[in-house]
Amino acid sequence: MSLYVAGLIVLLVGGAAALVAGRRPLANTLGALTAVAGGLLTLVSSAATLAGGAGAQWDLMRPWAMPGGSLHLGMDELSAFFAICISLISVLAAIYGRTYLADQQGRRHLGASWLFYNVLLASMLGVVASRNALLFLVAWELMSLSSFLLVMFDDKQPGVVSAGWTYLVAAHLGTAFLLVLFLLLGSSGSLEFSDLAAGPNLAGVCFVLALIGFGTKAGLVPLHVWLPEAHPAAPSHVSAVMSGVMIKTGIYGLLRILMLLGTPAIWWGYVLIGLGAISGVLGVLFALAQHDLKRLLAYHSVENIGIIVLGLGLGVLGAATNQPAMAVLGFAGGLLHVFNHAIFKSLLFLGAGSVAHAAGTRDLESLGGLLKRMPTTGATFLIGSAAIAGLPPLNGFVSELLIYLGAFGSAAARAGVTVYGAVAVILALGLIGGLALACFAKAFGIVFLGEPRTAAAAGAHESPAAMRWPMVVLAGLCIAIGLGCPLVAEALRPTVYAVAGALGLSVESDSPANEGMALVRRVLPYISLVAGALLVMIGGAGLLRWRLLRGRAVEPGLTWDCGYAAPTPRMQYTASSFADPILKVFRRLIRQQRQVHPPEGLLPAEASLHTHAQDPFTEGGYRPAFLAVMWLSGQVRRLQGGRNQVYVLYIALALLVLLVWKLGL
Amino acid sequence: MATAVSILHVVLALVLAPLLLGVINRVKAKFAGRRGQPLLQAYYDIAKLLRKGAVYSRTTTWVFRLGPIVSLAAVVASLLLLPLGAVVAVVAFPGDLLLWVYLLGLMRFVTVLAALDTGSAFEGMGASREVQFSLLAEPALLLGLVALAAWSGGLSLSQLTGTHSTGWLTGTAGAITLLVSASWLAVLLTENARIPVDDPNTHLELTMIHEVMVLDHGGVDLGLIQYAAAVKLWVFAALLAGVLLPVRTAWPLVNLAGGVAGVLAVAMGVGVIESTMARLRLLRVPQMLVAAAVLAALAVVLVLR
Repeated sequence: MSLYVAGLIVLLVGGAAALVAGRRPLANTLGALTAVAGGLLTLVSSAATLAGGAGAQWDLMRPWAMPGGSLHLGMDELSAFFAICISLISVLAAIYGRTYLADQQGRRHLGASWLFYNVLLASMLGVVASRNALLFLVAWELMSLSSFLLVMFDDKQPGVVSAGWTYLVAAHLGTAFLLVLFLLLGSSGSLEFSDLAAGPNLAGVCFVLALIGFGTKAGLVPLHVWLPEAHPAAPSHVSAVMSGVMIKTGIYGLLRILMLLGTPAIWWGYVLIGLGAISGVLGVLFALAQHDLKRLLAYHSVENIGIIVLGLGLGVLGAATNQPAMAVLGFAGGLLHVFNHAIFKSLLFLGAGSVAHAAGTRDLESLGGLLKRMPTTGATFLIGSAAIAGLPPLNGFVSELLIYLGAFGSAAARAGVTVYGAVAVILALGLIGGLALACFAKAFGIVFLGEPRTAAAAGAHESPAAMRWPMVVLAGLCIAIGLGCPLVAEALRPTVYAVAGALGLSVESDSPANEGMALVRRVLPYISLVAGALLVMIGGAGLLRWRLLRGRAVEPGLTWDCGYAAPTPRMQYTASSFADPILKVFRRLIRQQRQVHPPEGLLPAEASLHTHAQDPFTEGGYRPAFLAVMWLSGQVRRLQGGRNQVYVLYIALALLVLLVWKLGL
Repeated sequence: MATAVSILHVVLALVLAPLLLGVINRVKAKFAGRRGQPLLQAYYDIAKLLRKGAVYSRTTTWVFRLGPIVSLAAVVASLLLLPLGAVVAVVAFPGDLLLWVYLLGLMRFVTVLAALDTGSAFEGMGASREVQFSLLAEPALLLGLVALAAWSGGLSLSQLTGTHSTGWLTGTAGAITLLVSASWLAVLLTENARIPVDDPNTHLELTMIHEVMVLDHGGVDLGLIQYAAAVKLWVFAALLAGVLLPVRTAWPLVNLAGGVAGVLAVAMGVGVIESTMARLRLLRVPQMLVAAAVLAALAVVLVLR
């Protein structure tokens, strides 16, 4: 407890100190150092809570002058799990961020940037530890504001300001739903979490409010439109934190409310599965259509939130229909994916930051051949790509496997109508898996393989060691979780049981819920075994080739390109052409603008193709809605024409109406 | 005894896999009225390639060299999870079917990356088509697995094709068997780059897929790739044979022999298809794969209704 609070204090004091240091280089060091120190303290504290069982949980309550509020912090299995994710990623991103920002030292006000970063960390840690609704909302708001200010860091870059505003509006629209939610839940008068309860027949309303409010933060389709704008606009270590862990506070909030609401209704499960499937498939399709590396990664966050929600949906469906094994597998898979996605998504964002830093662009079509120039960034990006595509022997496969397993178990048991929910989960995961593989083959292949497409890419250089090491650690974690998955699942068990128990399932040692966990315990050692065998066989095959080639002629040559004498980098396949056939198959789901100038005549001179993927939800939904609001505001403005005579008329009319009303004529 | 037979299946698969290519080619030759190449031609080709040196493009990196060895390791690992009809897999556990599917995904991922590593437009084109078609084949494969899992009540490939009987081609069981088999036949042809999706005999055509991805591989690497491709064909043929042509007796060795005969029969079937069909236009391939997924979905509905 004291460690956790100390961590929060270190973060806030360090942030303030960095602000005082201002533009001096000291600010950069001070900010990063306190972020690392505070993050390590909370990491150790929350890990001890999760490992220590019920005895290590704590609860701290201090009065607060705010009516209805109290400074009530607490740590249970769910909070501790999310606090571990937040602390771990924030520490690594801070180490990276110090070097990433080093060339801005003295020119920009880095003190302010680090203050916002530290406040962001502290508020995220506060969100997961709050036990009072008012405190929760204050922390939530601080989190939105500090991340908004971080997004605005590069406000001279085109697009950043509009991205920031989009984010701010979306965050507050989401918060509006949360306000209503907590008002409904707190109708008894107390806003302590322990006293919150849904009134009769209001559980469904509360679920929908929580889904919209927290879904906006998590980036569920169709509430995701801010995410691909805001995440790429932020500096890369901030993108890593935002995409890796901040959006997961939405998942935390949803789970917390589900736990408060108790036994769920069946339709909640179907709604979650439906939204998860839509987010997953559309997220990865939009990602495939992007040309900007960080935007592509941001859309993949939408996809992975979809996978997490598919797991939660399966869990809720299982809890509602009393299928404990399916519920436990769904929650275990969803929660493990929260952790896994935090790791590989922040790894990929840090990698994208290194690429942007080195080559000065994030445009896929301008990059290429970077693996030779940036070996560490390239190798770790490859591991992250394989992990996010869900390939064994890495961590992404393990969490997807658990969700699959829950769904397949339900199908194999032929358990009533819920089977179709399970089949939908399997189908969605299968489609997402194939599309994610295609998308990361494109992202890694175009950026890091082949020849550089521009001079900037050709002149790229590897990042400094302080930026490389966080990526190496994260890539190592991807492999370690893949190989050591039984241990990780065991560490996650208390959190899974806490969620399943709160949703009305019995998790005693001899209850059916343990079938789910028993299955996990039985299956995951095999995954480790085959993963290990796979690595041994890769080594064996490599050794075989080495033996065969020893003493034979191994020569360098040119890529054989149909006999062309002088291949140029421009002849390479591009990211757009790579993705085009897939996008054509799914053209009804995504609207891609195409401007084609085909080659004409017998001796064609110039031809061009421009594609631009717009988010149909922005174009078809939000933009018209906001334009309508603007139009309405414009109409209302006619009342305020700036002519005194008209204003006097208003006053006279108002008096007349009041007079008529008061006299009761 | 059962374990020994399972291991024997893996050994047989590793030894006999290139023979499947010979069988297909012999069937095609018979249809064309030719004498055809020797049955063991694939072995000669691989042995020849393994005796050669190597030329690596200056554009390529270690990813290019990693491709063939990871492909081979992944496909052999998938073989360990694969039952042959009633012959259970060497490693069988609940959920192994997903590991099996994703190991083949790993194989595809490294092949595609190795192709992109050359910087050649040809290979990029092949890589693009490979990911497109295989992502459309995945729903058909998974839905077929769902149908069989629901029918058999098992979560392991060995239970799906092994312990229960789908009841040879009559009633609901027969309908499910036929639907899943038809669906998986399309998946087999797609994943193994056979007609009507891809033509393994054409080099240097703008429409080819798998062959173009490995255009820059040579010598030992090409040998490993061709061998891995043969094992992959065995893997899919064994899965299909286990469902469509099940041999389930009390004698494990008979089961094994029947299973191998089934695999060879599937290879002959592929040869017949290649002899009697033309290639589909590339734009038609997605439609075929969606149709395959629909057949598998129909099987799921039949089981669950």
